[in-house]
Amino acid sequence: MDMQKVYLLVPLAPLLGAIVAGLFCRLIPRWLAHSVTIAGVAISFLASVYIFKDVAAGNMFNGPVYQWLSSGDYKFEVGFLIDSLTVTMMLVVTFVSLMVHIYTIGYMRDDPGYSRFFSYISLFTFSMLMLVMSNNFMQLFFGWEAVGLVSYLLIGFWYTRPTAIFANMKAFLVNRVGDFGFILGIGLILAHFGTLDYQAVFGEAKNLADASITLIPGVGWGTVSLLSATCILLFIGAMGKSAQVPLHVWLPDSMEGPTPISALIHAATMVTAGIFMVSRMSPLFELSDTALSFVIVIGSITALFMGFLGIIQNDIKRVVAYSTLSQLGYMTVALGASAYSAAIFHLMTHAFFKALLFLAAGSVIIGMHHDQDIRNMGGLRKYMPVTWLTSLIGSLALIGTPFFAGFYSKDSIIEAVKLSQIPGSGFAYFSVMAGVFITAFYSFRMYFLVFHGKERFGLEHANHADPGEDAHDGDHDDEEVAPDHHHGLAPGQKPHETPWVVTLPLVLLAVPSIFLGYVAIESMLFGDFFKGVIFVNTEAHPGMTELSHHFHGAFAMAIHAFSTPVFWLAVAGVVLAWFLYLRQPQIPAAIKSACGPLYTVMENKYYFDKFNEAVLAKGARLLGQGLWKGGDVGVIDGLIVGGAVRVVGWTAALLRLFQTGHIYHYAFTMIFGVCALLSFWLLRA
Amino acid sequence: MSGLPLLSLAIWVPILSGLVVLLTGADRNAPLARMLALIGAIAGLVVALPLYSGFDTTTPAMQFVELSPWISRFNVNYHLGVDGISMLFVILNSFITVIVILAGWRVIGSQVAQYNAGFLIMSGLLNGIFSALDAMLFYVFFEASLIPLYIIIGVWGGPRRVYAAFKFFLFTLMGSLLFLISLIYLFLNSGSFAIQDWHQLPLSLAAQKWIFLAFLAAFAVKVPMWPVHTWLPDAHVEAPTGGSIVLAAIALKLGAYGFLRFSLPIAPDASHEFSGLILALSLIAVVYIGFVALVQVDMKKLVAYSSIAHMGFVTLGFFIFSPMGVEGALVQMVSHGFVAGAMFFCIGVMYDRVHSRLIADYGGVVNRMPKFATFFMLFAMANAGLPGTSGFVGEFMVILASVKFNFWVAFAAASTMILGAAYTLWMYKRVVFGAVGNRHVSELTDISAREFLILALLALGALGMGLYPQPFTEVMHSSVDELLRHVSISKIQ
Repeated sequence: MDMQKVYLLVPLAPLLGAIVAGLFCRLIPRWLAHSVTIAGVAISFLASVYIFKDVAAGNMFNGPVYQWLSSGDYKFEVGFLIDSLTVTMMLVVTFVSLMVHIYTIGYMRDDPGYSRFFSYISLFTFSMLMLVMSNNFMQLFFGWEAVGLVSYLLIGFWYTRPTAIFANMKAFLVNRVGDFGFILGIGLILAHFGTLDYQAVFGEAKNLADASITLIPGVGWGTVSLLSATCILLFIGAMGKSAQVPLHVWLPDSMEGPTPISALIHAATMVTAGIFMVSRMSPLFELSDTALSFVIVIGSITALFMGFLGIIQNDIKRVVAYSTLSQLGYMTVALGASAYSAAIFHLMTHAFFKALLFLAAGSVIIGMHHDQDIRNMGGLRKYMPVTWLTSLIGSLALIGTPFFAGFYSKDSIIEAVKLSQIPGSGFAYFSVMAGVFITAFYSFRMYFLVFHGKERFGLEHANHADPGEDAHDGDHDDEEVAPDHHHGLAPGQKPHETPWVVTLPLVLLAVPSIFLGYVAIESMLFGDFFKGVIFVNTEAHPGMTELSHHFHGAFAMAIHAFSTPVFWLAVAGVVLAWFLYLRQPQIPAAIKSACGPLYTVMENKYYFDKFNEAVLAKGARLLGQGLWKGGDVGVIDGLIVGGAVRVVGWTAALLRLFQTGHIYHYAFTMIFGVCALLSFWLLRA
Repeated sequence: MSGLPLLSLAIWVPILSGLVVLLTGADRNAPLARMLALIGAIAGLVVALPLYSGFDTTTPAMQFVELSPWISRFNVNYHLGVDGISMLFVILNSFITVIVILAGWRVIGSQVAQYNAGFLIMSGLLNGIFSALDAMLFYVFFEASLIPLYIIIGVWGGPRRVYAAFKFFLFTLMGSLLFLISLIYLFLNSGSFAIQDWHQLPLSLAAQKWIFLAFLAAFAVKVPMWPVHTWLPDAHVEAPTGGSIVLAAIALKLGAYGFLRFSLPIAPDASHEFSGLILALSLIAVVYIGFVALVQVDMKKLVAYSSIAHMGFVTLGFFIFSPMGVEGALVQMVSHGFVAGAMFFCIGVMYDRVHSRLIADYGGVVNRMPKFATFFMLFAMANAGLPGTSGFVGEFMVILASVKFNFWVAFAAASTMILGAAYTLWMYKRVVFGAVGNRHVSELTDISAREFLILALLALGALGMGLYPQPFTEVMHSSVDELLRHVSISKIQ
């Protein structure tokens, strides 16, 4: 088969499904909506596997599909670059998407927006594929914003909820702040490289390594390295999409969306777009240590501080969300340490085990009748055995248990950071080490609270502290009744295991969460898989090369792990969680009251949201009011336009005094004038 | 079709149809008047379409030229022609005329014939502006086009329509007089009213500066540029839906078109001299107006302010003197025609049902009007410059072109990425999302087939141009290159 047609098939099959399910969502039956979209994504997945085999055989492709626009000397094309990095992303996206599509049949069963939901997630799959398959910055930006749009639509899927429609707008706007930097970075690329085509830009990058641009003329520090400025601006885009501090604020709120999209978009795929982008741009980032330092510091802050917040969350989805933030921080740290392949490796394993954890959380939510508060759970393993086992697998993978997928990717990142010489890597090493303990602690805190211990559901005085809980009470008669209502179990009611459409994806995701790391590490990190795709300046950043000398096979690596502090930090985290939440459950409350101020700071998420709302959003509105009432209404219309009108009025009023209509006034004026003129002439003579 | 005087047809078919519609007289013939108006508008579009299909993209010269003497004593000619800069606007205008006739189908119940005739006559006059190559002819069309819009706002408008119509008329007339004086000056210097002759006319820098400023007075009001923009929100708020659509989609383009046809080629040295001023005013329009739009409580005012911000991108693109900047600005103009027209229509759809334009009077519209909400979402996203819609293309080109010109200019311009999304989506959230806000919203009915057709046509334009802008830009290349080549050569001797 002609490979180019296969490439086209990959994004177009889901797009077709999205169009059919979306345009005719009110006409076609539900089974048709999910069949057509699932078929589209399945075709896309199979085509990706086929392409993977082709790429593994050593082929690649770089070429245009059509010319989007030409202007002046510039051409903008829609085109594909198919190489090992692309195809890895394609497999991850289509596989997780397929799992989520199947899962959705069960999760959204009672939702009136069933077909619309399938349309959105297929549209998302299309957009994400266009993003990763792009061969140029323009199309990258296209996909970048398109996934943002679908994310916006899906976070606000239950559009009658005030919290959901606030969260989706927030997500879009915060991402736009990132995109603001991103488009300026793209602009610098076009201005200095003359093209937006990846290959051409990367080929030219070396020649521009020493180029500089003057941002502020006349000041010494106003002139900066072109590539540093460009890379930092591009990375600001990544900070928005991949939720790095301080642009992370939208991700926890995005949990307002239905759980399947939290798994697909806000854990496995879209949020990793920034990581993918930086890896793709490795030939540029490698030329700027300043940018890499910036990246590693931002990543470390995210990895560490977002992990802390995971500890105090009581909403099952929010625990997983903060865990995602922290893991994205890990990937970003890896990028900063020039361990791009490790970042992509972690992206891949994380996509599977985090999608698994989210979908398992969703399964728990169904079992609990849409109660998301982990304080109301406990002992669920008896009632939901499949969910329990798969959650355990996901959690073990997340905390980096040797032999599990997460272990290989996370351990590689930690080792690479240890070997990195980039400024900021010391702090980064501390963050990722501390992060291991914190991750283990919050993961197993949640795991124990949900699946073990006393059964706390079905009680009269349950905790229903979720925001938005009361907000959508009034619309039960409405056609759009959402299934995520925080009903909870009635007294005496027991949770139940979910149907097979829900548990099957869990099992299918659990398999790679266990084995993928063991299978893939050798070729992805230390083999030739990314050769010629990811570029590392080995002289300046020898970390990964050095690491490969220490690598003696996946098995040996796992065995060796038992003697490292990383492993024992994770064990300590698990044991502490066990002790505090199963053995001595009264202690956490005591700690909480003992650390009052600290707890308040964390409960307010370090005050990022408060600052944004009180200072930025309110400031913008005040400024707008000031400019409108003061500038437009006050000065322009009031003073200038109104002033002109008044001057005309006054002049007219003055002139009117001379137009009295009385003959004797005119006669008198005339006589007076004649006298004056006569006197003037006579006196002059 | 090549033998037909297409441009004359594009001008006179709508005007004559308008006169025929007027003949139907009183409102008892309203159905006939509507039907005749629609036929006239469609005929106008049909005669305009061959301008694209028969257009030769390889030459910057004027095409479909018609030339016959008009007032020979002053060497004034009936001289028509289009190039890659003006051709798209003739088609856009003819297209928008069909839209506005459809938009007023049910809504306008009194003086139907006069209303429809007003739009048809205006459509012909606007086509005349875009195709006139004689400055006097241009001026006549330019001024005459004010009258129908003035009447439409003043007769079919809202409660403060007289104030708005006067403000609109006086603002625009003020600039026009200075414009006329410059035209006479140029005639005395060259002995001709042919615009293209003036492109070659050598002028001292001082003369160029005065001419540029006189032109600026006329065009800046039309665009409108900050600080002479305050007539626009008032005019939009009071205008009926159709009036707002034409005002946003076409009338605002006249000023920008004037810059390209008059200011830049006739006074190139002064254009360079004053480019800093224009860039500053453009960026103020983008940033300042963006903040002002954020706090509007009236949807029409909000979209009116967003129009000003978007037009700021147009003047910005012109005055960085690069092909991508100018073409991006032209793309932005066409796109704004679809998107702002659609936004005003969407607001009109809601206004027809609830009789309020205030954001606070809505909430949860999606619950009752899902089809409408989908279209409105599309246009809101286009207004916020989402890739895949036409709103993105122009902004993208202008931002990228301005990075090359000056990083900080691009920085200020790119703030629209945030501001545009903020004011549009915040409005959308408060109006469309949420639970049903009040009794009026709960009684809403979804769009009719006619409204669906209008929205679908506009959506086709916005999406088509966003996904494949190449057909729009390839017709511009030769003319824009020629214009920029011309502007780069000094006229001072």
